[in-house]
Amino acid sequence: MKKMPAHINKDNVVISIRNLEKSFGKNHVLRGINLDIYEGENMVVLGRSGTGKSVLIKILAGLMRPDHGKAFVLGKDVAHLNYRELDQLRLKIGFSFQNSALYDSMTVEENLCFPLERHFKHLSNREVDLAVKDALKAVGLSHTIHQLPSELSGGQRKRIGIARTLILQPAIMLYDEPTAGLDPITSQEINNLINEVQNRYHTTSVIITHDLTCAKAVGDRVAVLLDGKFVNVGRFATVFASDDERIKSFYDYNFVT
Amino acid sequence: MGTTKKRSRHYVVSRQMDQFFFEIYAITQFAGRFFKEVFLPPYEFKETVRQCYNVGYKSLALVSVTSFVTGIVFTKQSRPSLAEFGATSWLPSLVAIAIIRALAPLVTALIAAGKVGSNIGAELGSMKVSEQIDALEVSAINPFKYLVVTRVLATTLMLPLLMIYMALIALMGAYLNVHANEQVSFVSFFETAFRSITYLDIFSSVLKSLIFGFTIGIVSSYKGYTTTRGTQGVGIAANTAVVAAMFLIFIEEMIIVQIINWFRAG
Ligand SMILES: Nc1ncnc2c1ncn2[C@@H]1O[C@H](COP(=O)(O)OP(=O)(O)OP(=O)(O)O)[C@@H](O)[C@H]1O
Ligand SMILES: [Mg+2]
Repeated sequence: MKKMPAHINKDNVVISIRNLEKSFGKNHVLRGINLDIYEGENMVVLGRSGTGKSVLIKILAGLMRPDHGKAFVLGKDVAHLNYRELDQLRLKIGFSFQNSALYDSMTVEENLCFPLERHFKHLSNREVDLAVKDALKAVGLSHTIHQLPSELSGGQRKRIGIARTLILQPAIMLYDEPTAGLDPITSQEINNLINEVQNRYHTTSVIITHDLTCAKAVGDRVAVLLDGKFVNVGRFATVFASDDERIKSFYDYNFVT
Repeated sequence: MGTTKKRSRHYVVSRQMDQFFFEIYAITQFAGRFFKEVFLPPYEFKETVRQCYNVGYKSLALVSVTSFVTGIVFTKQSRPSLAEFGATSWLPSLVAIAIIRALAPLVTALIAAGKVGSNIGAELGSMKVSEQIDALEVSAINPFKYLVVTRVLATTLMLPLLMIYMALIALMGAYLNVHANEQVSFVSFFETAFRSITYLDIFSSVLKSLIFGFTIGIVSSYKGYTTTRGTQGVGIAANTAVVAAMFLIFIEEMIIVQIINWFRAG
């Protein structure tokens, strides 16, 4: 079980979600959810496939608009920003995609340089080089620097995807299923990486997963998304001590079978 | 984000026709967005140049071969009709007019629609379904500007150049054939050929190529950018990009020819 880091600042709510609703046609995915995430905290969002976890963080990053309710990120109402303001905000958010979303036509190095060179024009070539090497070292993939994404394994792609977002040193990290489809050892490495990012940069993170090992290892708190609502939010042990059958079964299937 | 099509059971005309007009409307909007964003900074010079190079590089070989063969074949096929009137000396003028007014803009556009249009449709389509477009967006890079504006500019600027290149190669082919049969010299062939060409001809062909290039860029980008339904959608995007671009090119050709003829007469 993870120990709660000392630097979580409960006076500063970084992400605040209020009565958020989102439907696709007749498919009511999010049905009024509420959540506050504190500065420096790792918040895990748990839920079965198709419950709208990806939709939730896409709303946080401004990729989708909610139908009702509000999402405040760093005090800004995401759905009501103009392009400029949204871009300003996005520079402070790192988004690690479920399917990595690496740029196919670019090498690993170019994937990492690309956002850096565009947003930090004052950096010298050497500084960019250094940042790229550091980011790759952090995810343990220094040797892949000249490879194309198509030449990497799924797990490697995922780690490069995380490196690409870390390189901008965002204040907020959104991880969409960082360990899905990875072997237990690589998963463990990713979990360590997420914790290291939190400890080193005091990043606020939202980690989406249905992997309870991951939730336990990285989550300061977990929130369980069920039928479009958060049914339980709290520390891992507290949440899974609950009597709620649905939460219990989620736990049992994950660990027993 | 893609446009979502509502599938209601009541159609204004029929399902296909409604969809067709919806598509035209959506493409027009897409083009409107292009004009809004093309003038706003930041300008993607480097990427635009890279795309121009791509467009030229991808179509050059095919345009070269096709135009050369077209020049030869067209000359060969026209000869008997002119020979009937003993007017084979008109061959250079006839061929030049046909190539510059009609063949060069149209054939270049069709080749580019096939090669470049399918490529843009597939490339943007796969970027869409693998969330690379979302990835650009969350890293505060305007994907429309970076991906669409650069490609549309590239096709629009490159098509007139390709068209002129195509016309010259086709005339070379025509010259070789005329030279072999009528023993006309290089200088006299091109002198006769260009004497029959007016500035209006060249202007209208360049204009046509600009419009065709714009059409190819917009339609194929639209198809790629709005791809849905996973990898299957990528194939559909590439395919429909070519079909829709070619269809619009033919319609535009008919309209422009009408307008130009009106100018010519007036
Ligand atoms: N762009 C979209 N258009 C229509 N429906 C969508 C769209 N995106 C998501 N959905 C629907 O929203 C629901 C939730 O999707 P989401 O991707 O958030 O699930 P998830 O919780 O991330 O699942 P997984 O664990 O499998 O990734 C699904 O039923 C999906 O069909
Ligand atoms: Mg998901």
